Amino acid sequence: MESRTKILEAIAQNQPQLTPLPNLTDLAFIDFDPLEKFRTILTSIGGQVIEVKNLGEIEQYIQAEFPDPMRVISTLPALSPVAETDWLEQDPHVLENVDLCILEADFGVAENGSVWLTEAHMGQRVAPFITQCLGIVLQADRLVPTMHHAYERIGAADYPFGMFLAGPSKTADIEQSLVLGAHGSRSLLLFLVEA
Amino acid sequence: MKHPELAEKFIKDKERTTWHDETLWWVRQKRDMAAFQLPEWELLRETASRIKNNVLSNLHEYLLAFEAKAIENGVLVHWAADAQEHNEIVLSLLKAANANALIKSKSMLTEECHLNEFLATNGIDVVDTDLGERIVQLRNEAPSHIVLPAIHLKKEDVGETFHQHLGTEKGNKDPQYLTEAARQHLREKFVTRKVAITGVNFAIAETGEFVVCTNEGNADMGAHLADVHIACMGFEKIIPQRKHLGVFLRLLARSATGQPITTYSSHFKKPRPGQQMHLVIVDNGRSRQLGRPEFRNSLKCIRCGACINTCPVYRRSGGHSYHNAVSGPIGAILAPNLDMAKNADLPFASTLCGSCSNVCPVKIDIHDQLYKWRQVLVKEGHAPLSKTVSMRAMTFTLSHPGVFNFAGKVGRKVMQAAPFMVNNGLNLWYKQREMPAPPEESFREWYSKNRNGESN
Repeated sequence: MESRTKILEAIAQNQPQLTPLPNLTDLAFIDFDPLEKFRTILTSIGGQVIEVKNLGEIEQYIQAEFPDPMRVISTLPALSPVAETDWLEQDPHVLENVDLCILEADFGVAENGSVWLTEAHMGQRVAPFITQCLGIVLQADRLVPTMHHAYERIGAADYPFGMFLAGPSKTADIEQSLVLGAHGSRSLLLFLVEA
Repeated sequence: MKHPELAEKFIKDKERTTWHDETLWWVRQKRDMAAFQLPEWELLRETASRIKNNVLSNLHEYLLAFEAKAIENGVLVHWAADAQEHNEIVLSLLKAANANALIKSKSMLTEECHLNEFLATNGIDVVDTDLGERIVQLRNEAPSHIVLPAIHLKKEDVGETFHQHLGTEKGNKDPQYLTEAARQHLREKFVTRKVAITGVNFAIAETGEFVVCTNEGNADMGAHLADVHIACMGFEKIIPQRKHLGVFLRLLARSATGQPITTYSSHFKKPRPGQQMHLVIVDNGRSRQLGRPEFRNSLKCIRCGACINTCPVYRRSGGHSYHNAVSGPIGAILAPNLDMAKNADLPFASTLCGSCSNVCPVKIDIHDQLYKWRQVLVKEGHAPLSKTVSMRAMTFTLSHPGVFNFAGKVGRKVMQAAPFMVNNGLNLWYKQREMPAPPEESFREWYSKNRNGESN
């Protein structure tokens, strides 16, 4: 307790006179088509955009690309014919052998190709990271142009954990050579569902 | 060793120095390309700067609000006055969890506190999980850059290190292959370790949540599998409201690497059911820096590394020449606050060209502060001896016109007649340079001749 008091007292004594917060209006200059921008940026950062008409097409895609015995999990009940949906209560460590995890995102951000997910979308926090390949389902009309719009949309939402996710995990720590698949998912499939 | 000696060691390998210089300049160019795509870039910088000014002016209230919210969210909050206390807190949490091993994602604060060394001497096995940090950890080195910890190494070096420690093929230096080896090696650690440490990029006073940004996903892999998550932050990481993240997340990755955003921007608000989440809020000299009007702006830093990538001295001297957890221009203005005597050389490791201030996303007046630190260090008696002596000689010469004229004459004659007197190893300006040819006469001599000629 003593350090807390000491630190806070020193800060109170040393902080300068109060300056006002700037307002955040007019910070976004939008000269782009959000959908086009989202597609271009996500592709440029290593994501793969797959346009589908409905969830049925995603089901077919999984059947073709991730056949048995590959382990596929999802939080979308509609995908239960091709994916486990009863893993939410499992110890997170047993997700270690998941090949594909399919989650639905709340919305996407055009300027940086990211999607917003909260714990409710993830099923388990570690799911989008521990899986070898991550599939994200996004309704094409759920796009905002910039991060300012994103936080307006999030508002005062109460989530225990949430994140912006942009593409597959990556690193350039060895001589600045870009390698996809550092510790998180090796690839990102973004299923863009026609609005 | 001081910056000039350490830099001299670094530039012995000319080819590597050139590679280092060009690689970092390329990162700077990527930052430019990303920034120039946003017409509102300068307005964003100005806004970020003003938000941070507000934060510094209201830190006391924001910290209280943040703490209250975090506790309400189920997070256990600890306060550490200095590095020692920070390390003791982490150790006590490990003991309480009955753990003798942990995984850690990148945190410059824990580097600043020398947490790894402290835990090692207390029998705790620490595994850094950021690829670059793991590489330097295996080599028993410190990170040389806050965003690119292993930027001083070539892929051959990494190949050899991984061959020795992870059993990869001898001579294989393919980044894809080496990254895969690290992925496999670290997966095992993620799945078995019970305690994970992460840093904090932003802490939101309004909601009590904190945000951690990575590209690799290592912070999340650690935190979401561990029973105990310990997040360590310097108290200046506070921002007022959630919506302010919109400004900072737009600036951070674009300034750092030219990416539009990091792969993962994780918002931690509450622990998972059954998990413990601890937050250690650290001072370690920050409140002192807050009290120095000319230097407090350094606390606005969001650790993007843009000033480091653009710095002509850093690019040609390497991160280790700064002998401080944070290198480059920002490190050189933070370090003297931590230990003036030990880091007195760092504010002099700059050309004061101002490029750092021009790229800083929160508009810290870095090069002005470098200049101001020099005044403080000289006044407090920490200036390097060679500078003090030459400055004294200079002061004497410049304040005595007769001596000045005489010295100029002698200098020119000596350089004409006996160039070896200056072209030798004792003259610091001769290193890696040719001395210019001395002029025939001084300006004063030229002026008195020509003025007379004209008036006649």
